[in-house]
Amino acid sequence: MEAFTTHTGRAVPLRRSNVDTDQIIPAVWLKQVSRTGFEKGLFSAWREDPEFILNQPAYQGASILVSGPDFGTGSSREHAVWALQQYGFRVVIAERFGDIFRNNATKMGLLPVVLPAGTVEALQTAAEADPELEVTVDLGERQVRWGGESAGFEIDDYTRWRLMEGLDDIGLTLRNADDIAAYENGRQPWLPTTV
Amino acid sequence: MGRTLAEKVWEQHVVRRAEGEPDLLYIDLHLVHEVTSPQAFDGLRMAGRGVRRPDLTIATEDHNVPTVLGPITDPVSKTQVETLRKNCAEFGVRLHPMGDAGQGVVHIIGPQFGLTQPGMTIVCGDSHTSTHGAFGAIAFGIGTSEVEHVLATQTLPAYRPKTMAIEVSGELPVGVTAKDLILAIIAKIGTGGGQGYIVEYRGEAIRKLSMEGRMTVCNMSIEAGARAGLIAPDETTFAYLKGRPHAPAGERWDAAVAYWKSLATDEDAVFDTVVEIDASTLTPFVTWGTNPGQGAPLGGAVPAPEETGDPAAARRALEYMDLTPGTPLREIQVDTVFVGSCTNGRLEDLRAAAEVLRGRRVVTRTLIVPGSMLVKLQAEQEGLHEVFKAAGAEWREAGCSMCLGMNPDTLAPGERSASTSNRNFEGRQGKGGRTHLVSPAVAAATAVTGKLTAPADLAQEI
Repeated sequence: MEAFTTHTGRAVPLRRSNVDTDQIIPAVWLKQVSRTGFEKGLFSAWREDPEFILNQPAYQGASILVSGPDFGTGSSREHAVWALQQYGFRVVIAERFGDIFRNNATKMGLLPVVLPAGTVEALQTAAEADPELEVTVDLGERQVRWGGESAGFEIDDYTRWRLMEGLDDIGLTLRNADDIAAYENGRQPWLPTTV
Repeated sequence: MGRTLAEKVWEQHVVRRAEGEPDLLYIDLHLVHEVTSPQAFDGLRMAGRGVRRPDLTIATEDHNVPTVLGPITDPVSKTQVETLRKNCAEFGVRLHPMGDAGQGVVHIIGPQFGLTQPGMTIVCGDSHTSTHGAFGAIAFGIGTSEVEHVLATQTLPAYRPKTMAIEVSGELPVGVTAKDLILAIIAKIGTGGGQGYIVEYRGEAIRKLSMEGRMTVCNMSIEAGARAGLIAPDETTFAYLKGRPHAPAGERWDAAVAYWKSLATDEDAVFDTVVEIDASTLTPFVTWGTNPGQGAPLGGAVPAPEETGDPAAARRALEYMDLTPGTPLREIQVDTVFVGSCTNGRLEDLRAAAEVLRGRRVVTRTLIVPGSMLVKLQAEQEGLHEVFKAAGAEWREAGCSMCLGMNPDTLAPGERSASTSNRNFEGRQGKGGRTHLVSPAVAAATAVTGKLTAPADLAQEI
């Protein structure tokens, strides 16, 4: 996983609620067996509309997506995270996220930032007024800063540490292989196996 | 203080707990399908890791498979399915491929084999894993990084979600089903209402549901944003499980039942949130919008955006759905009816559809897709396929089919469906397709009239 400490970039306001993962990357793109090439599928149905925000020249190269509430609901497809990252996003800001999406994002180093509705709205308005606006997302300080404004956000210590160090979860878990083996010895005898 | 069902099952699976860290949770059963696993197996290969417990892992092919006999013609789908076969062979994972008698939608085959049991932890790279909560298991969807993590370690680091009780009092009126109930619940709490929670469905109406109805309810927990949904195991659960291929037998059965009975939420346990619903007030429920929370009783009308909780979203949804506020839902014309999916592709669902279609003719394209090869066999033994064929519906092979646009069963742009699946998202059933979520009984009645219809409406016509 790519480590995340502080990121400064431009922001795209996406004024839609319930941006489900079927919109982030439609199912037809999920047939790939590789982990790359998903940027083409990002919002592919919505991008057919020339007015769609990601098609506007002013927002090309932006790396922070500022969305309406309930971003990433629905399907568990991690391809949604891959598509956002491969397109160039490092951060998604919203009032609420789908649980599985948020988990997937933190496994991959895409930072989901939860801010109150009013703050999200203020940031969207600022990014609409000035598409060149620089926004800094500081994970160490748990703070988003833009144009003289700032807002704190919450993230648990463990996830923050893992993201800042860019640590591989599987490697961390395997340090506790003895605990896993001990647990396995005490499992209930009636539990099923697939063999 | 007493504990809830979810707390008991969670505590039983904590491998390691440390201050300031998520719990390391043991996973009893890992279900795998072709879409979310290839990159996980690749990750294992790159790191030189194996599958820790292939004996707690099972795979099937469902999302990409065509539901008419014959090979997969889409080369990309074919590659994905062949990749799963190679991975399962290489890592020693049991696979039920297309054509196999055990093949089917991943969430249908687990319960069918008796692999889904009370008190277990179950995961799958698929959000509808919540289905298995119907047995009193903690079951939830994960992404591909976590699939790789479970393959490698049989554990997951996770924080215990908060607990929510959804108390469903009263009895469901005749003609109102588990699907109507869960659609009404989602409309009430919203698509984000369950975020961060494990939901326990409780109350008289839940106790009276069959296992298949309970699976329908738990299946759509994710549509309310919940991490998982579950129901305390009881005699209905035990009766369903007994004698299934992987269910315990003999003394082990007795020991298991005694343990399963101890899992019910203690009387003095406290939930973080409680939601109450009176089942006796419900009627058939359908969606009009582009998320599963945008629903209304079938007897109602398309709402004006201002009447909804999120007018901007409703406006966009109505534009996409090409609907006008005030239009009675019963006047909405559909082109296609789909009965199937992990939500409503089980035997009881097919029986409910057949009961409506017996002696009638469909006027729309109607796909009836059993959730597994075993469901297909059982339905054919009861002669249901003859009822469907006589009505002019298509009787298909098992698979995810029209629930999502990954296989040949899709809607054309602008086409409108009444669908027993779980998601009415834009383009979910094919680019530009418009979806109304309904129960199997409403789906069948709709196929007869071509407009959203409840079976009771048909009875009046005769």
